[in-house]
Amino acid sequence: MVLPSHPSVKPAPEQEPVVPRVVVDVMPKPEILDPQGKAVLGALPRLGFVGVTDVRQGKRFELEFAGEITDAVLAEVHEMAETLLSNPVIEYYTVHLAEAEQPA
Amino acid sequence: MKVGVVTFPGSLDDVDAQRAVGFGGHEAVALWHGDHDLRGVDAIILPGGFSYGDYLRCGALSRFSPVMTEVIAAAERGMPVLGICNGFQVLCESHLLPGALIRNDHRKFVCRDQRLRIENNRTPWTSAYAEGAEVTIVLKNGEGGFVADEATLDRLEGEGQVLARYLGDNPNGSLRDIAGITNARGNVVGLMPHPEHAVEDLTGAGTDGLGFFTSLVEGSFA
Repeated sequence: MVLPSHPSVKPAPEQEPVVPRVVVDVMPKPEILDPQGKAVLGALPRLGFVGVTDVRQGKRFELEFAGEITDAVLAEVHEMAETLLSNPVIEYYTVHLAEAEQPA
Repeated sequence: MKVGVVTFPGSLDDVDAQRAVGFGGHEAVALWHGDHDLRGVDAIILPGGFSYGDYLRCGALSRFSPVMTEVIAAAERGMPVLGICNGFQVLCESHLLPGALIRNDHRKFVCRDQRLRIENNRTPWTSAYAEGAEVTIVLKNGEGGFVADEATLDRLEGEGQVLARYLGDNPNGSLRDIAGITNARGNVVGLMPHPEHAVEDLTGAGTDGLGFFTSLVEGSFA
């Protein structure tokens, strides 16, 4: 199902200036119950979206840096993810560079 | 004894906890999250509420507040520390207690008088109770589901670190009906129900919570 854009939505600018950015995705571990994901899963069929068999809800952090993203910066991002951004008891995280992303 | 009660931005039950400390025969000392010293207290309570707005995860930002550096060091020296509800979440985020607390499995906030069984009366916070005592204490939480991996749960059970268990219907999805736990040393206790709301007959469901505040005895620990 493709919905037309709302008329007030302006198209995104052609090319944003590139800011060095690292993305940290944090997800509940598979064995941990995710009540928020369950709530979303329950809402989808009510809206007519059928076929989704599971939803897991996580968090995405976009970290911007002034300078180049070196291995040392990435190592520090992993440290941030382990100490603050995620709770390793119940969550796992992945780190990637934003530039590598392709729009869906 | 002097019992410090930490107030974080967003704490709700700090004043009730201070009052309960007085009912228990001790002197309450207000501690601020930005403090770097514990003002000579003998024990510490981390109260309930929504510290730092529950941003990121419940207790995750409080854990890095200045006063928590001191609380963690004192707990590691053996000072009695009690975390109630949000305080329990802070203790788990601080790794002073194992496991974590997640959103209630039924996704609704729960607020009710809760039957509990005191499983461990060998801590400085529960010595006033008989082992196996059944009590009624107020429970109110949105993220009170205690989770840990199976090995951790088995260890908690095996070492007698399960402090209290829910009786009747499980109110929040806590694994093995766990309502509270203690660390291996026994000085750090986390409890999801609110004993500070059950210390006088005028309000609430009786005085079954008072034992958490009368248990503290000079030199009983550390």
